[in-house]
Amino acid sequence: MISGGVHPLSFKRLSRNFPIQEFLQPERVVLPLSQHTGAAATPVVKKGDEVVQGQLIGQANGFVSSCLHASISGRVSSVDYCYLPSGRRSLAITIENDGSNRRIETISRDWRSLASEQLVEGVRQAGIVGMGGAAFPTHVKLSLPPGRRAELVILNGCECEPFLTCDERVLREETAGVVEGLQIICRAVGTGKATVALEGDKDGLDEIVRPYLKKLEPELKVELKILPERYPQGSEKQLIEAVTGRQVPSGKLPIDVGCLVFNVQTALAIKQAVTEGWPLVQRVLTLGGLVEKPSNLRVAIGTPVEAILNFCQVKLDGRKRLVMGGPMMGQALPETSLPVLKGTSGLLVLGPREGFSEEAPCIRCGRCLQACPMRLAPAEIGRQARLGNWEGCRQLYVNDCIECGCCAYVCPSRLPLVAWFKWAKAELREKKTA
Amino acid sequence: MEKLPLLSPAPHLHSSETTGQVMWTVVLALLPAAAGSIFFFGLRALKIMAVTVVTCLVTEAASQAVFHRPVRVKDGSAVVTGLLLSFVLPPRLPLWMAALGGFSAIFLVKELFGGLGYNIFNPALAARAILLASFPVEMTRFYPPFQTGVDAVSGATPLTAVKEHLAGPLPSLKEMFLGVRAGCLGETSVLLLLLGAALLLARRIITWHIPLAYLATVAVLSAIFRQNVAFQLLAGGLILGAFFMATDYVTSPLTSRGKLIFGIGCGIITVLIRMQGGYPEGVCYAILFMNMLVPMIDRLTYPVRYGAVLPEKKSSGQA
Ligand code: SF4
Ligand code: SF4
Repeated sequence: MISGGVHPLSFKRLSRNFPIQEFLQPERVVLPLSQHTGAAATPVVKKGDEVVQGQLIGQANGFVSSCLHASISGRVSSVDYCYLPSGRRSLAITIENDGSNRRIETISRDWRSLASEQLVEGVRQAGIVGMGGAAFPTHVKLSLPPGRRAELVILNGCECEPFLTCDERVLREETAGVVEGLQIICRAVGTGKATVALEGDKDGLDEIVRPYLKKLEPELKVELKILPERYPQGSEKQLIEAVTGRQVPSGKLPIDVGCLVFNVQTALAIKQAVTEGWPLVQRVLTLGGLVEKPSNLRVAIGTPVEAILNFCQVKLDGRKRLVMGGPMMGQALPETSLPVLKGTSGLLVLGPREGFSEEAPCIRCGRCLQACPMRLAPAEIGRQARLGNWEGCRQLYVNDCIECGCCAYVCPSRLPLVAWFKWAKAELREKKTA
Repeated sequence: MEKLPLLSPAPHLHSSETTGQVMWTVVLALLPAAAGSIFFFGLRALKIMAVTVVTCLVTEAASQAVFHRPVRVKDGSAVVTGLLLSFVLPPRLPLWMAALGGFSAIFLVKELFGGLGYNIFNPALAARAILLASFPVEMTRFYPPFQTGVDAVSGATPLTAVKEHLAGPLPSLKEMFLGVRAGCLGETSVLLLLLGAALLLARRIITWHIPLAYLATVAVLSAIFRQNVAFQLLAGGLILGAFFMATDYVTSPLTSRGKLIFGIGCGIITVLIRMQGGYPEGVCYAILFMNMLVPMIDRLTYPVRYGAVLPEKKSSGQA
């Protein structure tokens, strides 16, 4: 059980029963070279080049970086700056679809014959990053720091954000692939113990998964855990607490308590990378919210949001908000030309609502303290942030904040607490580097 | 490409509860006791309530305008303050004094300190303290219920009667529970107050921590002082204070542990004043005193944050 957290309506039944639909051939894709944590990739194609699906177009720049591949076949029409949903800018490669649907040769190999380093290298070359949202390069996670041992691998099937059902669908429809991915991960980090964590009522999903896990014994002992519904249980640190009772010390990594957490779709991508040599060029996301037909869609990475909206005949009436990611942590988009990234798990149309109130008073109701899964004191940090006292924020551990949004969710005064905390963190980072 | 309006930071969902709702629920919870007060003390009670509520509202709107703060009278917090203030005034207080109280509560105690959320003291109680210091005679002249007309005879509150060993029968415990006794406007009927408190607890506007810690402490200490425990719990403004005053968000601690400490502190001081102090009743000063300690209690009771514990220590604890 995690401490704190909130329990918003999940809205998952709106889309959970719709099988994954495919929309893989948009007219154009925009592939930012910096859509992962770490250094931006370096472009290895130039304007006018012909590329085929799966071809490397951006080379990882150093260890903490990620490779990038063409998600459709076609011609590179530009290598230029574009905006990311976060508001940052990144160099991006735009490819116009030529309709030929050519792709790289895939291979077929047995991962059991490969050494750990080869597995990790395969993941690196496939440009795989955490697909739950954080987009941290997966090969970095798989390369254990010296002296650290992975005791337990956790497959994160919690998907605790409301509306999102894409991971659930993938696990349901591609159970074998996901489970094989989990096996590969365990092999790569050298552990024989794993946990598959699901949350709440997933409509019998556990019964589908369980037989697959049984087959892995005794080589791999996998426990299936069904956790009570609670947001933000799918957050790495909270999930580790919920599954093992351990806490990742402040400023440390999950591996420091012997745990590694992987998202369902990341596991599937790892399987495809290692056994087929197929890079990460597609993902499944949930289109939901105020749309007539919510759906789970497999799309090419880089597909502009507007193409998806057109494909699904979604109309925005100018007052609705479009959110990329989940409703708790996702970003409201300023425009519809932004592309789907490797870490994009949802596309939500939400109604207009009263915004946050910068000026409202904090009535010290204490609800935010109850809700904070990191057990911080958001009300107090907020008070310091309002005064511009960033150092005061640091002393109240604003850097431990995971930006889950629980505090702002419960705040009756509708203070934009998370926005303040992000700001405080950015100021503190700047001060450190200055 | 379509431009989208309404950029707003995450989270994009929100619990439906607002500050206004919280405050108006508190008002609702005070209504049974307010009605009881009119029943026991007549229209006079209604007049005092009206005067304090209106002065509070007007003072709030005026000071927010003067201080260039957004005017947010609608959030109901001034109504709560006004009602609570009237509840701790004696039934026959001259109306202009009640108005002065309303002004003090909002202007001196709340807005001068920075407005809602920044005041240190509970506005209603601090205003009562100011009135008590300024008009000691009028503020301590009480009347038994159901006396209308000009020839009403004043009568001591049960706590005063006990303290000063006055002759004459004390109200029975049942009468005290129902509210048939002399006292401030809204403090007498324990039954009606508990009705409102139940609403606040059920709606999770308040938690049980402060009231329970407060009442339990008073009960235990009263027993130690060899007092009638039930009498001590029902008398004075204890129930009103424990459920409606000490639980004021702004002037009480943020954490559950802090709330327990706060409640216990209020209980100790209340009993000490009742037993040893110069006043018959100690609820008001006990809460005001503890209000001052809130920043310190908060600092001492912040939850232990996630990841603050070293894994070595932690794992030995749960193995
Ligand atoms: S302070 Fe940070 S971690 Fe705590 S609830 Fe708010 S956003 Fe989440
Ligand atoms: S939830 Fe909002 S109003 Fe309540 S204490 Fe936290 S910041 Fe203040």
